[in-house]
Amino acid sequence: MSQLRRVWLPHPWLSFTLWLVWLLLNNTINPGHMLLGAILAILLPILTQSFWPESVSLARPKVLAKFLGVVLWDILVANLLVARLILGKKDHLQPAFLSIPLELESPLAISILANTICLTPGTVSCDLSADQKTLLVHALDAKQPQATIDEIKHRYERPLKEIFESCSN
Amino acid sequence: MPFWFELLLSALVLLGAFLTLVGSIGLAKLPDFYMRLHGPTKATTLGGGAVLLGSILYFSQQSGEISLHELLITLFLFITAPVGAHLMAKAALHHKTRKIKRTLDYHGKQ
Repeated sequence: MSQLRRVWLPHPWLSFTLWLVWLLLNNTINPGHMLLGAILAILLPILTQSFWPESVSLARPKVLAKFLGVVLWDILVANLLVARLILGKKDHLQPAFLSIPLELESPLAISILANTICLTPGTVSCDLSADQKTLLVHALDAKQPQATIDEIKHRYERPLKEIFESCSN
Repeated sequence: MPFWFELLLSALVLLGAFLTLVGSIGLAKLPDFYMRLHGPTKATTLGGGAVLLGSILYFSQQSGEISLHELLITLFLFITAPVGAHLMAKAALHHKTRKIKRTLDYHGKQ
């Protein structure tokens, strides 16, 4: 059974997302499109198998939901905050490059972290070191650089670590 | 369409337009490349989001069916904006693009 699943449905979450995207693209829930979407959702992951060498398991759906909520809220706050920084006096800004030591190891978790950092308050991720241990981040206004780093580690990295890496150890 | 609904729609569209404008102002006003990146990546994601939310509400009310495909635009914006910003920042670092003097280089307490 699990053998069969691995061949036909190697990435259930990817399939589900594709199916959802198909229905949204067509803006419909009629059965024909549901079926066509399902066929595509099964075919595409199989055809692109070599791009997805490792399978993703979501260990803690609750933590994931909470993380998404926090990120959406932070995007809202980040936008207003950056809007205020931009409209304020530019001489008061203290831009900084911050090196954030990473505890995450899975590439997917690191890319989600980098993505989140770009979307949230006044920070853009610039570069990942070759050994994947430090992330270089540019902050628009970091008067207390250590506090910014701690916030990122605490707010985003910890839940991501729980979601993607708790099952492996 | 009730009046309060029109009011809500106008508020959403105006908010979106305002935030997008702020993003562009940031792009023009901030002193160096890295700081300029912040304007378009932040302000425009929410700006776009607000306009699209307005669109969802308007077309759902207009046609009587729930119209959700705008959500995809938001999703794609949220995925592509950070990736674009990241790649531009990386390219700029590689080129050693000028940054303003007071930029801190902070490597943390080890």
